[in-house]
Amino acid sequence: MIELGKYAGTVLAAYGVSILLLIGIVWQTLAANARARRELEKHEKHG
Amino acid sequence: MSIWEYANPVKFMRVSGAVLPWLVATAAICTTGGVAWGFLTPEDYRQGSTVKIVFLHVPAAMMAINIWVMMLVASLIWLIRRHHVSALAAKAAAPVGAVMTLIALATGAIWGQPMWGTWWEWDPRLTSFLILLLFYIGYIALWSSIEDADSAADLTGVLCLVGSVFALLSRYAVMFWNQGLHQGASLSVAEGERMSAVYRYPLYLSMLGFLLLFLALVLIRTRTEIRRRRLAALQAREMRG
Repeated sequence: MIELGKYAGTVLAAYGVSILLLIGIVWQTLAANARARRELEKHEKHG
Repeated sequence: MSIWEYANPVKFMRVSGAVLPWLVATAAICTTGGVAWGFLTPEDYRQGSTVKIVFLHVPAAMMAINIWVMMLVASLIWLIRRHHVSALAAKAAAPVGAVMTLIALATGAIWGQPMWGTWWEWDPRLTSFLILLLFYIGYIALWSSIEDADSAADLTGVLCLVGSVFALLSRYAVMFWNQGLHQGASLSVAEGERMSAVYRYPLYLSMLGFLLLFLALVLIRTRTEIRRRRLAALQAREMRG
């Protein structure tokens, strides 16, 4: 078990906020990319 | 072979498509490894366990500044040589840069509360970082507020030139104004000021991870922008004829 001492809340808050922000930008990037690819493929197939 | 060949969207899509799986895998390994290794480092005798925050704060701050520099170079290429891929790469990089700036500001505030006794101080480096974040937000807003893509690229390119002053100020604020709470460089090469190897190596890995993560994200986002541009061109062609 990792011992974080009296600053446990501080360290966990910093890691929590950062990891959430990183996951957010990765998710947004992948979702937008998948949407753009789908729309272009659909258009090229039917348009 | 010239670097300008990659300004061709077809060539860019082919090369980036081949590179991306390797880049994504390496970025995931280095970022996860660096951050996890940093989290497992021992406590510092003065800062206690808050030293672990450096493995997020320093790479994020480094990327926040360097992403703006990358956007500046890409914008200059657009303004001078009119290569569309470079304008789209600058656009693609901005949200990643904004997130990196936000991480640097948030982790700095969280660390500052127990160490400095305050969440925020109008210190030169902190203030210039806040202005850099506002520039990122303004840059993203300007891109989405102009319908004509070339005009948007021109105007955001000029905004990027202006914002570069603050990106440089963020980097050198500590040297320009020898005041404020923020300490100097975390990774000094000078003897006696050098960070212990226990912290230095995980920090190097984390910095490499953040750099690779940015490269992977900017490639994916540029590919998205190219696809959107192609879709818009096809729709415009259909409307005309």
